[in-house]
Amino acid sequence: MDPNPKRRMDSPDLSESNRFSPFPDEVLERVLSLVKSHKDRSSVSLVCKDWYNAERWSRTHVFIGNCYSVSPEIVARRFPKIRGVTLKGKPRFSDFNLVPPNWGADIHSWLVVFASAYPFLEELRLKRMTVTDESLEFLVTSFPNFKALSLLSCDGFSTDGLAAIATHCKNLTELDIQENGMDDSGGGWLSCFPENFTSLEVLNFASLNSDVSFDAFERLVSRCKSLRILKVNKNITLEQLQRVLVRAPQLTEFGTGSFHQELMPRQYTELESAFSNCKNLHILSGLWEATGLYLPVLYPACDSLIFLNLSYATLLSGELATLLSHCPKLRRLWVLDTVEDKGLEAVGSSCPLLEELRVFPMDPFDQDILRGVTESGFVAVSYGCRRLRYVLYFCRQMTNAAVATIVQNCPGFTHFRLCIMNPGRPDYLTNEPMDEAFGAVVKTCTKLQRLAVSGLLTDLAFEYIGNYAKNLEALSVAFAGSSDWGMQCVLRGCPKLRKLEIRDCPFGNAALLSGLEKYESMRSLWMSACNVTMNGCRLLARQMPRLNVEVMKDGESDDSQADKVYVYRSVAGPRRDAPPFVLTL
Amino acid sequence: MSPPLLDVEEEEGQSNVTLLASSASMESTCQNSSALMERNYMGLSDCSSVDSSTLSTASEDNNSSLNLKATELRLGLPGSRSPERDSELCLRSSEKLDEKSLFPLHPSKDNNYSSVQKTVVSGNKRGFSDAMDGFSEGNFLANSEVNAMLSPRPSPNLGVKPGTVKDNPGTSAKMKEVVPQNEVQERPCAANENSPSHIAMNNNSSAPATKAQVVGWPPIRSFRKNTLATTSKNNDEVDRKAGAGALFVKVSMDGAPYLRKVDLRTYSAYQELSSALEKMFSCFTIGQYGSHGAPGREMLSESKLKDLLHGSEYVLTYEDKDGDWMLVGDVPWEMFTDTCKRLRIMKSSDAIGLAPRAVEKCRNRN
Repeated sequence: MDPNPKRRMDSPDLSESNRFSPFPDEVLERVLSLVKSHKDRSSVSLVCKDWYNAERWSRTHVFIGNCYSVSPEIVARRFPKIRGVTLKGKPRFSDFNLVPPNWGADIHSWLVVFASAYPFLEELRLKRMTVTDESLEFLVTSFPNFKALSLLSCDGFSTDGLAAIATHCKNLTELDIQENGMDDSGGGWLSCFPENFTSLEVLNFASLNSDVSFDAFERLVSRCKSLRILKVNKNITLEQLQRVLVRAPQLTEFGTGSFHQELMPRQYTELESAFSNCKNLHILSGLWEATGLYLPVLYPACDSLIFLNLSYATLLSGELATLLSHCPKLRRLWVLDTVEDKGLEAVGSSCPLLEELRVFPMDPFDQDILRGVTESGFVAVSYGCRRLRYVLYFCRQMTNAAVATIVQNCPGFTHFRLCIMNPGRPDYLTNEPMDEAFGAVVKTCTKLQRLAVSGLLTDLAFEYIGNYAKNLEALSVAFAGSSDWGMQCVLRGCPKLRKLEIRDCPFGNAALLSGLEKYESMRSLWMSACNVTMNGCRLLARQMPRLNVEVMKDGESDDSQADKVYVYRSVAGPRRDAPPFVLTL
Repeated sequence: MSPPLLDVEEEEGQSNVTLLASSASMESTCQNSSALMERNYMGLSDCSSVDSSTLSTASEDNNSSLNLKATELRLGLPGSRSPERDSELCLRSSEKLDEKSLFPLHPSKDNNYSSVQKTVVSGNKRGFSDAMDGFSEGNFLANSEVNAMLSPRPSPNLGVKPGTVKDNPGTSAKMKEVVPQNEVQERPCAANENSPSHIAMNNNSSAPATKAQVVGWPPIRSFRKNTLATTSKNNDEVDRKAGAGALFVKVSMDGAPYLRKVDLRTYSAYQELSSALEKMFSCFTIGQYGSHGAPGREMLSESKLKDLLHGSEYVLTYEDKDGDWMLVGDVPWEMFTDTCKRLRIMKSSDAIGLAPRAVEKCRNRN
């Protein structure tokens, strides 16, 4: 509660604002505390000063999409009662090695401020941040009530840091470690959970490579009765999996280990029975190296499955078809392209409720087009799964006609990410650019929020995007476009654009500068390997002082070329922790 | 006996050979063959997974026998590329001629061969001639991974090795880089009948050697790349591995893109092995015939599978220690487990010469 409700009202309008506020602040804050979405909360805070105050005093979780857009001090000053923080750091292209190491986004300075401002901090969710073991150790000593740690695509720490968490966080409910650039020096961290520790609800160590002590793990699962999400790594065998699963039938989300051990019939039956005892299982993942031989043990659990992540299982089309025939309620499916078009046909025929499909490539660097999925698989899915709204599709060939058919079948797309893996590939049947494909997408899918384009594209594609994609918030472009005009169309046209990332396109200074009025309403702009020069960037920086215009220089390149440009709005001013290769203009 | 060439493509499915090999092996490979070790070329990928998985350790006999086989101008082993493909390749990329000159069609330069073979190996797994171009570093890395794995390749195939080699110098530095990348340039693939106006291809014809690597493309996160590379790597291991009490051999099936492994010691008779294989490959086979939706285990019922497997569409063969392909079942079980190097479920039509076998019409599951 705001202890001094009127303290911001040092203006003579005090009585006026009272008049317009029918509720006592206590009521307002109570009502606002029910508003959870951070976007809604931002809107609430803009209504008037009373509401701004009520909102800031009642906010418990803060989401910061770009850690450099604000400073920890500013956050602490505005929101006194935070219990959970979500922070995103590096630009998304850092996941694909486009950002040099030691770029920044270090959590430590945030933790230092939070240690004094939020001693009762409970949750920390980080994406693409640098986190060291020292920071993790600092965290466990500074926040005695710490409960939930989620690290996705972060780097800089090791299993020693995890050991510190396990040892000291007495009330830990969540430890979610996903796909980080971390050092795995052994699985001993898991044995650090004390024997009297029972509060764990979420544990995800699927992406760690070392063996954990199975005994310690089994005991941990046995005593944590509230465990609902468990994702193990591939070193856990099928036999061990069974032993774990019988101790946790209450799981709602389960990630298996390696799925191809040779089992005796009795073990097979026991495993199957363990799965059938899990009445609440909605999400299944892991399944490393699964083959048709053991997938049947999952069938009893498949009936209630909502999300099936097979993106690490090299399944063939028949194996997938059989499995999916048991999963009628599936809403989200991730697969590898080993299932090929035939497997996708099975998706279309077995999963009418499907809303999300992601098809990952088994061999992304293999140019052999005989492997993987093609446009016909995608089309087949679109005929069968009319509710599709999220797709991520890696393929090697596509046609404009196919995409047009797909969006006609599924006009409800909100996320359309098509990656034709060979850069700049035209429609392989007509040899034309893929402009019409994405034109069809933006014209038909009016709710489109996120779009990733690929293939051979001229400025026409971007004209379409600028003209039609009125709800587009995130656009990802690579190896596309013919001239500045393309990018200008997007910057002038998409009113809700927040994130724009561009690589290897022929967009130059004119394009960059055409977005002057746009960038402050966006989270960030990334341009790499385009035709932008240092002068163009300097001009942008000069015109827009509230933007941080950062250029990353590669060692060898020309001084006038701006190799990697990262532009973002910030109330914190230029970075103070920039490494030498990052120039803030 | 030499299995016919034609099923090469089917066999190879091994996407196993993939991407990220350890940097250590990478380095050694680099040192071995500076100019030659660039990419794995699909062109050579006819070597089916069966082939490419052949070599566990570089043994002397293997080397010499490989070299001999490599010099054959016909295809002796499964997965070899047919001559037609070579000519296609030749026609397709005239600018590649200079590269070809790097690969003499005679085995005189053993060094080149082995390195070429090495580079070829992983590429072979793919089996596509047009894959020649645009080989990613990933392939290169995979290549180095399978350093010891030499596959016999007919020399004409070796000739088909466009561009990749050139890229070597440029790429070797980047090998160490986290991500093996696609070469944007290449691709006068068959697949790419399109655009000579293709952006990437334009560059290609001019100076491939100076082509920049494409970092971060396709956009796959490191964890996924590394994981799938490991999966492939595991599948790349020797096709016959005897450990404590276990004896794993690889089993490939014509038409199936991936291999499986079985532990021969878990079976005591041919019947058990046969049943297990039927179960293992049932889904694939059945998938092939478009049948799906069968409830539960019925898919795996022995009789139905036998229909498919024994029903003469496929026969089970194995390669013995002498390198000969034999029909499974001819020798006592113990002798079989001692001599079997790998198994292959091949189409009956291709098994001519192994043994007389009635080829019945494949019966459907119904």
